[in-house]
Amino acid sequence: MVTCVNDAMYPETGKAVVTLLRRLGVEVDFPEAQTCCGQPMVNTGYLDEAVPLVRNFVNTFDGYDAVVTPSGSCAGSVRHQHSLVARRAGDRALEEAVARTSPCSYELSEFLVDVLGVEDVGAYFPHKVTYHPTCHSLRMLGVGDRPLRLLQAVRGLKLVDLPKAEECCGFGGTFALKNAETSVAMGSDKARHVRESGAEVLVAGDNSCLTQIGGLLSRQRAGVRVMHLAEVLAATEGSTGHSAGHPVDAAEVGA
Amino acid sequence: MTATFVGMPAFPGAARTALADTQLRQNLAHATGTIRTKRARVVGEVEEWEELRLAGAAIKDNTLHHLDEHLLRLEESLTELGATVHWARDAEEACRIVAEVARGHGVDEVVKVKSMATQEIGLNEHLAEEGILAWETDLAELIVQLGDDLPSHILVPAIHRNRAEIREIFRREMGKVGRPAPEDLTDVPAELAGAARLHLREKFLRAKVGVSGANFAVADTGTLVVVESEGNGRMCLTLPEVLVSVVGVEKVVPTWGDLDVFLQLLPRSSTGERMNPYTSTWAGISPGDGPQEVHVVLLDNGRTKALADTVGRQALRCIRCSACLNVCPVYERTGGHAYGSVYPGPIGAILNPLLKGVGHDDQVDSLPYASSLCGACFEVCPVRIDIPEVLVHLRSQVVDTHRGHKPPKPEAVAMRTAAWTLGDARRLGLAERASGLVGRLTRRGRALPGGRRALGRLPWPGSLWSDARDLPQPPTESFRAWWKRTSGGRG
Ligand code: SF4
Repeated sequence: MVTCVNDAMYPETGKAVVTLLRRLGVEVDFPEAQTCCGQPMVNTGYLDEAVPLVRNFVNTFDGYDAVVTPSGSCAGSVRHQHSLVARRAGDRALEEAVARTSPCSYELSEFLVDVLGVEDVGAYFPHKVTYHPTCHSLRMLGVGDRPLRLLQAVRGLKLVDLPKAEECCGFGGTFALKNAETSVAMGSDKARHVRESGAEVLVAGDNSCLTQIGGLLSRQRAGVRVMHLAEVLAATEGSTGHSAGHPVDAAEVGA
Repeated sequence: MTATFVGMPAFPGAARTALADTQLRQNLAHATGTIRTKRARVVGEVEEWEELRLAGAAIKDNTLHHLDEHLLRLEESLTELGATVHWARDAEEACRIVAEVARGHGVDEVVKVKSMATQEIGLNEHLAEEGILAWETDLAELIVQLGDDLPSHILVPAIHRNRAEIREIFRREMGKVGRPAPEDLTDVPAELAGAARLHLREKFLRAKVGVSGANFAVADTGTLVVVESEGNGRMCLTLPEVLVSVVGVEKVVPTWGDLDVFLQLLPRSSTGERMNPYTSTWAGISPGDGPQEVHVVLLDNGRTKALADTVGRQALRCIRCSACLNVCPVYERTGGHAYGSVYPGPIGAILNPLLKGVGHDDQVDSLPYASSLCGACFEVCPVRIDIPEVLVHLRSQVVDTHRGHKPPKPEAVAMRTAAWTLGDARRLGLAERASGLVGRLTRRGRALPGGRRALGRLPWPGSLWSDARDLPQPPTESFRAWWKRTSGGRG
């Protein structure tokens, strides 16, 4: 599952996941019926509106060995919220389908470390990097230090500590709009810590959080780039284009 | 204290005011940061912390499951030991009962141990209307009361004040209601505490009626427990002739042995101490020792309503340790007043709607949204209340109460439109083509680090984002379109 945000806004992340998984010998498919996991609706309180999305999710993914997604919060929603939505719909068949699809849905770092059993994915990324553990990957999924282990194994990469790393960036989905001022106050502190880390690239496993932190960093002209974990892990010595530390305008890649 | 939370604006508005107060933000960041570190250290020492949390949650859940039986048992034990038990359905009944006891003894003042239940019911204001002054004796509560202020934290209600502000309040206000602060008072903590001690002492010695809450009420033994740090509680509980305790019905635990778990969980979670300095317990009346007339007011005030909510009822496990406030990134920046209630922070964001019900007060309805759902509160809660789960559940209740309203809220329209678009891959594909067009047409924005360009300022509601944050322009080709064009990246 590429996720709706990545599909529409960050296609490079999806491409990086495909590149990475294929490099590791995984047969990758993108079932085109997929859309959104329903998390924005659930977290804003619109449970009824989420029912068709959960239905679409299970119809799309039921039968695959594993559903891999480059987003901690979408994986969290699939694993922890889909059953709730199915129960609300009062549909036994949907509940049963959810019971099949939820457990085999993984956030990218979980899939790499736990299912494939790799930490060194053969990546090369010669930059000074700091890592922000997103709240849902950290506390909802409990991915622990898996992303850090993956990053540590990347050749050329220098990992530096992010002060107060486990503090929320303030994105929070519709929270970023409903409580915009509070959200910006939280995000500004996070952006300050990123600058203090001295890193040139901030990496996280969720493009929503990176939109928040990156949006603030760029407004502050901080000169720090944000990048999804998948794009760093997909980068190799020979690769040019989107993921080898030479980011280009997506328009040029896609046109 | 005449200050009141009544008529507070909804959270986003109140937060805006608080965020602009730089002194407040400094005070809060410093105070919550310090206590967070202390808590983490002492919790880290306990190897079986997770087992303790599970035990705490299980004891509370089992008790709540048979709440009626345990409460009747508590009443029986208390009555046997000479206490008078009162049942209060709501705040008004509870206040009336306390006022009647005070009036019955002809007093015009009472001394109080810090208690959330009495604040919840607005007891001080009610007593004031009847001409009875209620003196707060906890240091932080005293600061709030003298400053005609509102509490902003469960445990440290004056957390929003710093030393210099406290000195000012003491010098200005103490003399108006009793022994004045020394002329040469400085802002050294020991001196401030000394001034409070002298000021309070004469009130302790004079008062005939004491008012308290209770952290726990043991059904089997009829024991009430107050846990505190300053010794003012011990004074209030032992010196007056009459003691009235207002106790929420969820405070009951079945047996004395259950305290073993909670007296380990509470101090480490709240003040970051291994043990709290004072733990007072009393069971009814001990002839010749302490108060000779003891009243216990068992308070519902929405608790049975919360109990009926299958997801929300876990909030009744709360032991008011305030660990969730101290780790909350929202609380740290907005402070407690923004929540418009004596229960602020993450627990306040769920407890207020649960006790009061949603759908009739915009302020209450705004609280479940006062969170980024980061989950830090759940992680530290000593009784494992899954606050994010309850927040999302309450959000759905808020949304459900507005279903069918005409005209629908803009947010509901937006959510329905989004759900419709996302409900089908073809519709999503079309929307992406449209946004790709935007990406192609607006290629003038400032370049972001990494090469993509930023969108300019957006119209409302997009301005809520773009006022302070950049947003990349949409890519000209979505992932979906790329996959198709390149036959899965192979073309
Ligand atoms: S919800 Fe949990 S962490 Fe918060 S005050 Fe209650 S017991 Fe403490």
